[in-house]
Amino acid sequence: MTHKTIRVGGLSRVEGEGSLFIQARQGRITDVQLNIYEPPRFFEALLRGRAYTEPPDITARICGICPVAYQMSACQALESICDVTVDGPLRDLRLLLYYGEWIESHALHIYLLHAPDFLGYPSGVAMAADHRDLVERGLALKKAGNELVAAVGGRAIHPINVRVGGFYRAPSKRELTPVAERLRRARDAAVATVRWVAGFDFPDIEHDYRFLALTHPGEYAILSGDVATSDGLRFPIADWPSHVVEEHLPHSTALHARLDGVAGYLTGPLARYALNSPQLSGLTRQAAAEIGFGPICRNPYQSIIVRALETLHACDEALRLIDDYIEPDRPFVPAEPRAGIGHGASEAPRGTLYHRYRLDAEGLIAEADIVPPTAQNQARIEDDLRALAEPRLALPTAELAALCERAVRNHDPCISCSAHFLDLHIHHD
Amino acid sequence: MSVPKLAVWKLASCDGCQLTLLDCEDELLSVAAKVEIAYFLEASSFKGRGPYDLSLIEGSVTTEEDLHRVQHIRRVSKHVVTIGACATAGGIQALRNFADVREFISVVYARPDYIATLEHSTPVSAHVAVDFELRGCPIDKRQLLEVLSAFLAGRRPVIPEESVCVECKERGNPCVMVAHGTPCLGPVTQAGCGALCPAFNRGCFGCFGPLRSANAATLAGLPGVTRTFSDFQEAR
Repeated sequence: MTHKTIRVGGLSRVEGEGSLFIQARQGRITDVQLNIYEPPRFFEALLRGRAYTEPPDITARICGICPVAYQMSACQALESICDVTVDGPLRDLRLLLYYGEWIESHALHIYLLHAPDFLGYPSGVAMAADHRDLVERGLALKKAGNELVAAVGGRAIHPINVRVGGFYRAPSKRELTPVAERLRRARDAAVATVRWVAGFDFPDIEHDYRFLALTHPGEYAILSGDVATSDGLRFPIADWPSHVVEEHLPHSTALHARLDGVAGYLTGPLARYALNSPQLSGLTRQAAAEIGFGPICRNPYQSIIVRALETLHACDEALRLIDDYIEPDRPFVPAEPRAGIGHGASEAPRGTLYHRYRLDAEGLIAEADIVPPTAQNQARIEDDLRALAEPRLALPTAELAALCERAVRNHDPCISCSAHFLDLHIHHD
Repeated sequence: MSVPKLAVWKLASCDGCQLTLLDCEDELLSVAAKVEIAYFLEASSFKGRGPYDLSLIEGSVTTEEDLHRVQHIRRVSKHVVTIGACATAGGIQALRNFADVREFISVVYARPDYIATLEHSTPVSAHVAVDFELRGCPIDKRQLLEVLSAFLAGRRPVIPEESVCVECKERGNPCVMVAHGTPCLGPVTQAGCGALCPAFNRGCFGCFGPLRSANAATLAGLPGVTRTFSDFQEAR
């Protein structure tokens, strides 16, 4: 057998629809395609002609798992055009909302999508048959995140309380108190999660990743910051278009991003951790030290540890923000539109999410451009697959296909964002 | 009685409505004990074969392939329930229905020739018979649990079909239109969200779709409302 093709149709435990196709000839991989067959929904086109006040509600609909990320990147881009700065207690409220999203999204991935790979179950629900207490702990953690999003944003999926300039209504201290109660238990669950996942059996695989994440002087970047890479590049968000170029490949309804002409960089938890880990909360750094976890992790399987640490950080920081919370004088800063171009980026649970808008003088959107994390990671995920599959071509196809699907899941791709499921086709001709 | 088989399918959508099932943190394991989750790609690598007793479909039909998929889903499912605005009404991506989709493709993609899509985004009911349509963008998790309970018990789901105004009064919200002239779709929108937006000082923007018995003409004809909406249009 000199030719081999592996196909996985309908990748599971990922968000959205995609497939995988790998072709090998004479023991060498000749083609790897992470196919994204999520039907295109044309958000950037349908935003045109709509008011500058609409992107927070419309772009939230790109992703049911990380709507807050879309709202935050959109607001930031639009506020920069309106020359409005949202700071103080309003910025803290945004952070609080965003930490809620990190907690729910990470808990979903850790417990229901990723951990079953390490423990050998097809799903989190199946895992619950033998490990009910663990799955219940994960669900409680996820619920704490959802309740935080709902307390600040109105509901867990597609929050309604976010507007350009701030919020429609600021929650009262009394509304946040019960959330804090649950978050205190969630923080304990997050500590236990870090210890639990650290004990998993990890394949000894590392990749020489080029990482990209936001970085911020005052915090482990989530809401805003400059773009930084592990090879020393640093630039403000406004320079994004001159560094990151998207290209369109035939097998995908997502666009692939290239950084300064080179494809294959990685954004997401591993990148954030590598670039910003000294800024994690004290409790989080302590938990990392306790499990002997270094400042940079290049093993994609261990991204589950980084997600657990980030979940702990999010619980810890959210609790601090609730303790310090004083209701703002007004729920939003008035933002009047003007003609111009604005850029915004924030750290979605899966990585850097960039938005750019051009407004006309009436505040109508003339152009919109959105670069989601999975579009940036697609090329790098394909590189991971190539490196994984090439030395293992002798394995039975089904076994190799399962390994490849797992390698994709390490990066928690959100295909809904990019454009639907992954289908793995490993093509051995 | 054998355990009923549940399947969850995704078409063009954001994942939020199927996520709502996973967001039933307190009920998920009890639901899983009552049904066999036979096909649910987002949650499980196990792909059980049909026929299925209940299929939940998220997302709208926007591609030739999905058109065939909904026909397949109907053939292998005893009951088909759409979950959410996309599967029930076409979703936000149905904004293309009022535009030229080829022009949309050329705006977003460098190589329009790589993109295969239908001209319109359509609800599942436009193509196959649907047993129940659950509304919302996203759906409400209590309503989802009611739909699952009803189908397990072999009865019709009890989902209120009144307007958001009813929920607003129940919640004790001041009317945002009367109190501060904020345009609100509440009077013509089906309840389900708990009158969320008015509770946050903003007008309803219609996540649960048009009320079956909506008196839109009268709403549009009220002098104050017409003015509010036309000012709103101008302000845009």
